[in-house]
Amino acid sequence: MTPVHLAALAAPQLLLAGASLVLLVVGAFRPKAIRLVAGLGVLSLLAAVGVVAIEPLGRAFGGDLVADQGAAFAEAVIYLASAAAILLGQPWFARRGQARFEFPILILIAALGMGMMCRAADLISLFVAIELQSLSLYILAAFEKSDGKSAEAGLKYFVLGALSTGIMLYGVSLIYGFAGGTSFARIAAAVAHGASGGVLFGLVFLICGLAFKVSAAPFHMWTPDVYEGAPTPVVGFFAGAPKLAAMVLLARVLTESFGPALAQWRQILVVMAILSVAVGALAGLRQSNLKRLWAYSSIASIGYALIGLAAGGPEGVQAMLVYMTLYVVDVTGFFACLAALAREGRPLESFADVSGLVRQRPGLAVAMTVFALSGLGLPPFSGLWGKFYVFKAAISAGLAPAAVAALIGSVVAAYYYLRLVKVMWLDAPEGQIDAPPAEAAGLAYAAAFFVFPVVLIALMALDPAARAAALALVQG
Amino acid sequence: MTALLMNYLPIVIFFAIAGALGAAFILAAAIVAPKAPDPEKLSAYECGFNAFDDARMKFDVRFYLVSILFIIFDLEVAFLFPWAVALMKMPHPTAVFAFWSMMGFLGVLTVGFIYEWRKGALEWE
Repeated sequence: MTPVHLAALAAPQLLLAGASLVLLVVGAFRPKAIRLVAGLGVLSLLAAVGVVAIEPLGRAFGGDLVADQGAAFAEAVIYLASAAAILLGQPWFARRGQARFEFPILILIAALGMGMMCRAADLISLFVAIELQSLSLYILAAFEKSDGKSAEAGLKYFVLGALSTGIMLYGVSLIYGFAGGTSFARIAAAVAHGASGGVLFGLVFLICGLAFKVSAAPFHMWTPDVYEGAPTPVVGFFAGAPKLAAMVLLARVLTESFGPALAQWRQILVVMAILSVAVGALAGLRQSNLKRLWAYSSIASIGYALIGLAAGGPEGVQAMLVYMTLYVVDVTGFFACLAALAREGRPLESFADVSGLVRQRPGLAVAMTVFALSGLGLPPFSGLWGKFYVFKAAISAGLAPAAVAALIGSVVAAYYYLRLVKVMWLDAPEGQIDAPPAEAAGLAYAAAFFVFPVVLIALMALDPAARAAALALVQG
Repeated sequence: MTALLMNYLPIVIFFAIAGALGAAFILAAAIVAPKAPDPEKLSAYECGFNAFDDARMKFDVRFYLVSILFIIFDLEVAFLFPWAVALMKMPHPTAVFAFWSMMGFLGVLTVGFIYEWRKGALEWE
C-alpha cells in the first residue's frame, strides 16, 4: 500500500491534523487574528466533510483505521456540528472579552479525535482517539477562565473522565489478554465460538468506560454539573457530536468484534438504556436551570439511542444513527437559542429567566418550543422520527418491554418539556432582553427549520444513508 | 489456559513472599521494638529546632509548567532511542514508513514547542 493510498484513506484526519497544527502556529505568531483562525477552522471542517464524501473506502495502517460508509456518515454529521460550535462559540466568547484563538483549534482537535473514534478498528486507535477527543473537551469545559463554575466543570469533567478512561483501559487490557490481540478482527475471531468469561469481563469494563463518555445512567453523574458550569456554546457541542462519535464507536466494537456475544451485551445495554431514560425523566422534573435540565434530557436521549443499539443488526444500528443525527441537530439548536438570549449581558439560564419570552423574542421562543416538543417526541417534529426508528427496531428485535419502558419515560419527561413551553408562552415577562446576536439566532432558526419541516424531506436522504452506514458498521 | 496461567506462577509466588515479608516486618516492629515515647520524640524534627512552618508549602505554578514541558521532551527521547535502533534493521519500505512516522511525530512536537515559546511559557519573569 503506497503512502499516497494510505493518506487517501485517512484524508479527513490528515486534513484536520494539518489544519490544527498550521492554525496553532498562525495563532502563536498573530494572537489577535482570532477571527481568521476561527474562519479557517470552519473552512477546514467543511473541507473535511467534502473529503469524507468523496474519499476511497478501505482499511489503512494495518487495519487500525477503517474508512467505510459508517464512518463517513457519522463524520459528516460530527464535522458539521463542530463547525457550528466554532461559529456559535467564537463570537460568544468575543462578546465576553474571552476570545482566544485556541478555541477553534481545540474544536478542530476534538473533531479530529471524534473522526478517529468513528474509524477506529483496533483497541489502541480506539484509546488514542477517545483521549484526543476527551482532553480537548476537558479544556473546552474550563475555557471561561474568569468563571469559577467553568473551572469547576472542567476539573470535574477531567477527574471523572480520567476515572472512566482508567476503567476502560482495564477492560481493554483484559480483552487483549484473553483474545490475544487488539484488532477488532482478531477479537471477533476469538469470540466467534462463544466468548470466554475473561473477554466478557473486559467487555463489561469497556462498555462502562464508553457509557461514561456518552453519559448513560448509571455513569451520568458528571453531566449536569459539567453542563451547568461549562460555557453555553461548548455545552451545545458536548451534548451532540462527542456522543454520536462514542455511540458509533460502541456500535463498531459491539457488532464487529463482539457480534457473536450479542445476547450478553444486549442485557447490559438494555439495563443502561432503561436506567438512562428513567433518570433523565425523573431527575429532570426537579431542575430549574435549563442547562441542567437539558443535561438530563440528553441522558434520556442516550437511553433511546442505546435501545436502538441493543436491538442489534443493521436495523438497530440504523435506528441509533438516525436518532443520534436528529438529536444532534435538536440539541445544537437549543443551545444556540440559549447562547442567543441574554439580559444586560447575563445569559438566561433558568425557567424564571425565560418566562414570557414569546412576547419579547417571539422567533426564538418559537424555535425553543420546536426543540422542546421535538425532544418530547411530538409529531411532526424530528424527535418523533428518531424515536419511531428506535421503537421499530426494538420491537422487531423482541425488545418490546424495553420500548414500553422508554415510552413511559417519555410520558414522564413530557412534564418538563411542556413546562418550558408553558413558562415561555403563558407567564409574564420580566425585564428587557438584549437583541440576539445574528449568528446564534441564525443557527437556532436554521436548526428549528430543520427539525420541522425540512426533516420530512431530509429523512428521504437520511434513511438510505444511515442504512448503508449501519450495514458497513455491522459487517465490518 | 491453565498452561498459560502456570507461566505466571513465579509472579504469584513472588507477590506472596513480598506480602508475607512486608507484613512480618511491620508486625515485628510493632511487637518486638521497645517503646518509650516522650513529647520530644513524638514532635516533628527539623534540624534540632521546632518546626518553622507547615509542611505544605505553596509553590509557583511555573515549576509545574516547566516540569510538564520537561516530561514531554524527555518522553520524546525515550521514543527516539528504540526507534533509532529498530529503524536500521527494517526492510526498506517499512523503514521509510517508520522514518516518516517519527518525522510526523517530531513535527507535531515542534509545533507545540513553537506555540509554548510564543506564549511565553519558557520565560520565568
